[in-house]
Amino acid sequence: MIQLLNLYKNFGKTRVLEDVNVLLKEGRITAVLGPNGSGKTTLIKTILGLVKADKGQVKVSDLVINGCWEYRKDIDYLSQIARFPDNLKVVELINMIKDFRPQETRENYLIDLFELRPSLGKKLGELSGGTRQKVNIVVTLMFDSKYLILDEPTVGLDPVALLRLKDFIRDERKRGKTILITTHIINLVNELAEDIIFLLEGKVYFQGTIEEMIKLGKSDDLERVIAEILTNGKEG
Amino acid sequence: MKIFYLSIFTLFLIKSATYQSKAHILKVCASCNYTTITGAVRDAKAGDSVIVEKGNYFERDITITKPIFLIGIGYPVIDGESRGEIITVESDSVTIAGFQIQNVGTSYIKDQAGIQVKGKYCQVLDNVLLNTFFGIYLQKAHFTLIQNNRITGKAINQISSGNAIHVWDSKNIKVLNNEVRNHRDGIYLEFVDESLIENNISEYNLRYGLHFMFSNDDDYLNNVFRDNGAGVAVMFSRNIQMIGNTFDHNWGSSSYGLLLKEIYDGKIEKNTFSQNTIGIYGESANRIIIERNTFMNNGWALKILGSCMDNVISGNNFSGNTFNLSTNARKNYNIYDGNYWSDYTGYDLNRDGIGDVPYRPVKLYAYLVETVPTSILLLRSMFTEFLNFAEKVNPTFTPEGLIDQSPQMKKFDL
Amino acid sequence: MLRILKYSFFDLTRSWWNLVYFAFFLLVTFSLLYLSSDLSNAMISLMNIITILIPLVGTLFGVMHYYNSKEFTELLLAQPIKRKDIFLGQYLGLAVSLSAGFIVGLCVPFFMYGIFHSELFSQFIYLLATGILLTFTFSSISFLIALNNNNKMKGFALALVFWLFMAIVYDGLFLLLLVQFDEYPLEKFALGVSLFNPIDLSRVIIMLKLDIAALLGYTGAVFKLFFGSYTGVILSFSMLFVWSVAPILVTLKVASKKDF
Repeated sequence: MIQLLNLYKNFGKTRVLEDVNVLLKEGRITAVLGPNGSGKTTLIKTILGLVKADKGQVKVSDLVINGCWEYRKDIDYLSQIARFPDNLKVVELINMIKDFRPQETRENYLIDLFELRPSLGKKLGELSGGTRQKVNIVVTLMFDSKYLILDEPTVGLDPVALLRLKDFIRDERKRGKTILITTHIINLVNELAEDIIFLLEGKVYFQGTIEEMIKLGKSDDLERVIAEILTNGKEG
Repeated sequence: MKIFYLSIFTLFLIKSATYQSKAHILKVCASCNYTTITGAVRDAKAGDSVIVEKGNYFERDITITKPIFLIGIGYPVIDGESRGEIITVESDSVTIAGFQIQNVGTSYIKDQAGIQVKGKYCQVLDNVLLNTFFGIYLQKAHFTLIQNNRITGKAINQISSGNAIHVWDSKNIKVLNNEVRNHRDGIYLEFVDESLIENNISEYNLRYGLHFMFSNDDDYLNNVFRDNGAGVAVMFSRNIQMIGNTFDHNWGSSSYGLLLKEIYDGKIEKNTFSQNTIGIYGESANRIIIERNTFMNNGWALKILGSCMDNVISGNNFSGNTFNLSTNARKNYNIYDGNYWSDYTGYDLNRDGIGDVPYRPVKLYAYLVETVPTSILLLRSMFTEFLNFAEKVNPTFTPEGLIDQSPQMKKFDL
Repeated sequence: MLRILKYSFFDLTRSWWNLVYFAFFLLVTFSLLYLSSDLSNAMISLMNIITILIPLVGTLFGVMHYYNSKEFTELLLAQPIKRKDIFLGQYLGLAVSLSAGFIVGLCVPFFMYGIFHSELFSQFIYLLATGILLTFTFSSISFLIALNNNNKMKGFALALVFWLFMAIVYDGLFLLLLVQFDEYPLEKFALGVSLFNPIDLSRVIIMLKLDIAALLGYTGAVFKLFFGSYTGVILSFSMLFVWSVAPILVTLKVASKKDF
């Protein structure tokens, strides 16, 4: 269980998070939605301790994270932009990250899943964007942790890889993982998510199941509901 | 000058020939009639020869009062046991040759020497002097020749040390082919006129390799001055010709190759100055011609103070010096023309071998160091390079008119 | 921390820039040693290069490296590793790899030249030591600058300005003061001023060890007395050490509070 309590965050004068209260239920897939700049990435980074909240608390497995770092062994975080040291080889990168986290790993399964084996000996600087995202997936998801946090996981992936990633996420859900995804692709939300957190200008506009969210609007399509909220939000 | 010396020499020959008829030879050795040099010298008559065989003679204060020849065979050793003087010449026309003279006493009151000469027309030849306070000391010894001697002292500090060759109030002296080391001054000349110093090597002396005081019309040629406190000092003198000498590695925080102070009408030609803290230091030096010298890897090649006038610096090679020229003057009263400067960056479009852009030998930083000595701390810093560059583009501080109008594109073959 | 250092070092030593850096020192040292008329002169030229180029490359390369590895740093930050270890490791990786390029580039020619049997061996050690300390100083400062500026261009500009200040402007102000207060005995003051600029300090320390010190005259004698004494050597190297350690301590402090 990950819990955010009365979270506030300003970047300079801009308010990024305002009184955010969120509960990620164990064993479910939650999607964080919201327009650009609504605070999705900041929210994730606060959970990871990359961004330090001005006020409020973050609890991971009932532990207040304030300044700790050990709890991160329970989190696999797939970041949005993947850039690695240019002169390391893929296999060296994998070994390096493993070196940092003395945990059980399953990199071979993931390497085969995303057909990365031919690229293992290549330098990271020589890889295409898609391949780099696959490497990113391998190095972050190989630890089999309790929580998965995926920030725009599908960027740059080819259809086959996308399909496999989705299957992988579903499998993880079945294995009892708690998963948090941010994405702009509503299809992905429809396919995978059970719960939704909808952020608007740093505030939690909605938190609940997909079904509850759809009931907010006139349409019965999530995408249209979201568009509705956004236009109303702007008018209001 | 040469003809003059030649005539002296013939005079000398004639003189010795006249003595020859009644001359005797007095031999000194352990088994000879004379076992001491003192004894033989006392008994010798004018024109006699005292021949000293190889051996050790513990004698001092040997006083020669008649014109005799004192000749050593196989370098007999005269040991003064560090007490007093060893040989004192109080007659004209004495020749001393072929001895090893060692351990002269140090005195703070008396100038004690290995050989002291107070007569004219003497010759000191082919001796080795070791551990001397003063080596060879001449007083009013006009027309005396000092040749082929090797004098090594024991100087540790300036107060308790004397000079290797010390000449006082004498005219027409010749100092040739000597090697002098480890004294206060290698060769010291005071009130010495019309004399010649040639082919000597002077090194490791505490103060100067060669030192002129109140001496006029002298020549020093083809000598080597190396690793002295300072190479050569020429002070209060006129008409000194300095030609073909080497000033090498006179290096230390207050060292220089050649110091000129209150001197007039000299000539400095075809010398080599290398690795001296200051190549030539000039203070009230006037009407000197500095020509065809090589200045190489010195700290300052030339330091010419504002009190110097009417000197001509021309046809020299300057290369690899940290500063080519430094002065404290705002205006220039000397002529710098037609030298080669290794850091000259101008061009020569008409290919006449002379740069089309004049060269300014004084860099702004060199000028600054002269006025604010502490700024030497910034030596080799990037800022000073910028300073020099800025000054080169737009000269405002360096002395007006201090310009070499015809800098050479190529090094002179000297 | 050591693990981060290790990988950071592996990554950087294989980078093209570091190779160029190494090759540059190799080439310059070789040519200076074999073209210069004497060793002391070669060392003076090397001193010039070391005190100017190392700070420049240290700052610019450091800033560049920081910005280039920003995303990767974020990935590391999301791992169960202490923040301090990440930044310290990356900084040391950078400083050590730059130093390695410099050390090897300098040592190979000097060893081939036979520096072990030369009387200038201790001077060579001084050259190496100041070069390494300058590398550490300026790469830590570059980290501090980059960390405080999310804007890449601004970071680069500031790094360059900082280098310009230390390499040139500082000396200009120094000189201005010396000229202004010429009437007073300024040796002690000058000594103090040069302690506060690592570039000046390195330059003076090396210069005093070489023949060229004779040119420094009376001022040099005062300095030589100071730097020649035990207290002087300890104080000057402590100062260089402080210069190389202080900025990274500040960097770690800033990093611990920063949002990524």
